[in-house]
Amino acid sequence: MILSTELRGKHMGFAWGQGNIFVYETLFKATGSGSPFIHEVRKDEDIYSPILRKLFNESHHIFVGLQTIREDLPSKNKKPQFVSISKNYRSVIRACMEELQQVAVSTKNAEMSVQYGNQVSILLAIELIWNLCEVLFIDAAPAGSLLLHLLDWVRLHKADVDEKARDVLQSDSPAEHRDYWDVVVSYVLQGRLDEARQMLGKKATLTPAANNIFKMMDNLLSKMPFYNPGGTQTLTEFDVKWRHWHEEVDRCLQDNSFASNQHLEVLCKILLGDEDTLLEHKDLLGTWYHFLVSRLLFCHPTVKPTELHYYAQSCMTMFLDSRSAPEPLDSILLAAFEFDIHQVIKDCSIALNNWWFVAHLTDLLDHCKLLQSHNLHFGSNLREFLLLEYASGLFTHHSLWQLAVDYFDHCLEFGRVYLELQIERVPLDTERKALKVLRICEQRQMSEQVRSICKIMAMRALRNNRLGSALSWSIRAKDAAFATLISERFLQDYCAKGTFSDLDLIDNLGPAMLLSDRLTFLGKYREFHKLYGEKRFKEAAKLLLSLMTAKIAPRSFWMTLLTDALPLLEQKEVIFSADQTYELMFCLEELTSSLNTPSSDSDKSMQEEDVELTKVELLRLALSRNLAMAIVKEGTVET
Amino acid sequence: MENINAKYVSQKISKTRWCPVSYSSLQQPEVFATGSWDNEDNKVSIWSIGNHNNSGLEDGFEGDPQILCEHKHGGDVLDLQFLDQERMVSASSTGAVTIFRYHPNTHTISVLQHWARAHSYPCDNAPCTALVCSSPEIVTVGEDGRIVVFRADQEGAVRVIGEMRTRMLPPHKESSLKLSVVFVRECRQQHNSRGDLPKDHGALKFDLFIIFLYRAPLHCVDRHPNQQHIVATGGQDGMLCVWDVRQGGTPISLMEAHSAEMWEVRFHPTNPDHLFTCSEDGSLLHWETASHSEMPSFLQGGRNSSVISHGALTPAGGNRPLSSAWLCGDSGKGCLETTHMLPSQTMSVNSLDIIGQCLVCGTDGEAIFVNRHVPV
Repeated sequence: MILSTELRGKHMGFAWGQGNIFVYETLFKATGSGSPFIHEVRKDEDIYSPILRKLFNESHHIFVGLQTIREDLPSKNKKPQFVSISKNYRSVIRACMEELQQVAVSTKNAEMSVQYGNQVSILLAIELIWNLCEVLFIDAAPAGSLLLHLLDWVRLHKADVDEKARDVLQSDSPAEHRDYWDVVVSYVLQGRLDEARQMLGKKATLTPAANNIFKMMDNLLSKMPFYNPGGTQTLTEFDVKWRHWHEEVDRCLQDNSFASNQHLEVLCKILLGDEDTLLEHKDLLGTWYHFLVSRLLFCHPTVKPTELHYYAQSCMTMFLDSRSAPEPLDSILLAAFEFDIHQVIKDCSIALNNWWFVAHLTDLLDHCKLLQSHNLHFGSNLREFLLLEYASGLFTHHSLWQLAVDYFDHCLEFGRVYLELQIERVPLDTERKALKVLRICEQRQMSEQVRSICKIMAMRALRNNRLGSALSWSIRAKDAAFATLISERFLQDYCAKGTFSDLDLIDNLGPAMLLSDRLTFLGKYREFHKLYGEKRFKEAAKLLLSLMTAKIAPRSFWMTLLTDALPLLEQKEVIFSADQTYELMFCLEELTSSLNTPSSDSDKSMQEEDVELTKVELLRLALSRNLAMAIVKEGTVET
Repeated sequence: MENINAKYVSQKISKTRWCPVSYSSLQQPEVFATGSWDNEDNKVSIWSIGNHNNSGLEDGFEGDPQILCEHKHGGDVLDLQFLDQERMVSASSTGAVTIFRYHPNTHTISVLQHWARAHSYPCDNAPCTALVCSSPEIVTVGEDGRIVVFRADQEGAVRVIGEMRTRMLPPHKESSLKLSVVFVRECRQQHNSRGDLPKDHGALKFDLFIIFLYRAPLHCVDRHPNQQHIVATGGQDGMLCVWDVRQGGTPISLMEAHSAEMWEVRFHPTNPDHLFTCSEDGSLLHWETASHSEMPSFLQGGRNSSVISHGALTPAGGNRPLSSAWLCGDSGKGCLETTHMLPSQTMSVNSLDIIGQCLVCGTDGEAIFVNRHVPV
């Protein structure tokens, strides 16, 4: 929430961030003092709630499992799988809800309690809608079982009946509890006739005089037929049976059998499905959909899915006062009864502030092949659009971005593009996080991103003077230009300090050495040092010469190389052959001629020039001496 | 795998460690600590899987971890080790090293000591990547390439050794006066170097020598609990390598373990024929060598696969009866079985710990898995 009191009356500027807006005070005129604060307006607070995070993580797990269901199975076998996945999602929602409920009750902070309460009610609504969608769309129960499922649905979402019943049963005299008849009626309204009979039995024992009518009611209740989907009875047979029962109940009512007991008469009327009686118990029903299901149970238990929406519309109108407008939840449920999936999704998207629900539900429905390819303006289908929105929202979270990667993977059209854009913006605080991000990019062959991430890490290492680390990052990215840069730094360091850092890295470059010329030179130069250290002078000499003649070494480094050659030239034993010495002299001449050109730095101090000259002198002397010794040695005939 | 359940905890877990139990009692461990990473507020938490007196948990899973207490932690928890039964040390991505004390009576955690800039660059924070402790010494290592030794009761660092980038192995007390710590170097090519720290009169001398190289960065190392010369490593390429320190050079055996970085490798502390590895690809493998008596290995649940090990180097001195099964790289000689211990499609498993028959691990999917009946 924006701190509106502070900012009222002031000019505001804003800048879009990722998933949020930065709002700051600005001044259109240059006078006055501004405020140094920047306010962050976050679009979606839910992903920061620790309890809801569990919802996101668990549902991610289910989502990934769903995507990997094999496509080649016939759809008949897949339906139970989809139903069970839907149940998984719902149980995750329920678990979250229960936890939120516990926290809402136990927290001392009133504001938080209200917030938790809100979240609980939103989750309740979500679960209600999901359950209905599961019954109607995924399970797609036919007539007969449809009503049974709807009954289950209503029973699940009207938990207060059990509470009341518990209160009544635990009291001293249940039959005389003031809620007694409410409980009985509620049981009947939900089709829980066995429990209703049990309750009635308690009253019956109390009033032995009215035993007859209680027995009659008990009889009626026990005989009410319920459709058994797994049984041998067909729907028509069930319908016939049900009509007989219905007529029997009607006869009882017409005979005024229950006239002596007002409550039992009400029960009888309910069993007949009398609308007015049902509407009298609005408070027990609570919602129009409960009214709908109860009405269907006692009027038309063989309702077909296609007929549902007539009843739904009429029930809703009957139940709600004409003055009050239907709430968003009501219109969503109505759309569901009308089998208008798109309307359901659309309404839910508008009503909820988080894409979680619509994204996952749409994905599941899409897997059930229930969504026609409903192409949106920019080409991708509805499922992909919603998943992309949801995943983009996740990416703004400092921690949940890893979940979003899997979501993008399963959006075939645009997922990769989104991922490429987003993954570069993940802040890389530690090497370990960078490694994880890199692994994600490498698995998906996103070489651009790999390069850019490695470059970031390499620059950071370079800034902290960790040259070896920087080099290894640039090798991983196969970034030749950067590798060249770092090799230059290594060489500069060597010139400055006389030693190499990170020797083991350079020693063991292996084939990575070929990444860049400068890097190859660095590796070979280090090899020269190693050979020298192992006193393999001849090989060292050859290597040194090849570095210069093959033009691997940069011209700027030749002086250093020649200086390195000095100790080899000064050895007692002749190491450089005559030919090699000639070549060295040639290199020296090339070097000095380029040094003497007028383009050389004129701001070199006199001292430096002296040093240069001395070096060249020494070299010339050493070279000539070596040449002499070499010619002598080569000319000598061994006797 | 029937015994393993996920507990979602709303934070990505980077390290899980069992609280050490005293070896005299044959108890299974009941309390473990976790460290989180990549959160705005990271935490170090203590969990319990024991029986709970106060909460009626009939409907919960037996052994469902319950959080006992937690404490804020600045920066990602990059390593966590227990000093003793009550104190634990954490290494942070801000370069800090902190000692926490857990009070089991009041279920609280307090900070005992905090070295804020144990590792740092001149202008930045350097993450402290790993630490190792052998009470009262704590040796830490960071991305700045220094090794710092602390003592639990002293304020400042005892000793700073520079110029390395290393990770650490748990130390092993060879005698009361000598600590051996094994380091792993973390750069593109890897060295596995063993440093001996002979200790006399409180001063620490330190020799470092390099034993062998490997071609990819290594992330984790563990030492065989009984036979000190055997070391297992895992790294960026997901290969599990077993080395013999006495003979540097190439690994004794090289096994393709995972398809992504391996984050932790652990020998079972009391039954070292078993080895556990966990990796970025979301799997946790349980490796078991058959001993020479060729006992059949019964593996419960999960998927089994025999692993082909290649790159075998027959150990010098061949069939010495005391050589461990791990050193027989040849798949014909000793059988190596692996089991996946987690349901498929979990996110990266960052850490694991095992004591007795209890295994705990934490993942990037913000879940903790506890298995109390690991077949060892």
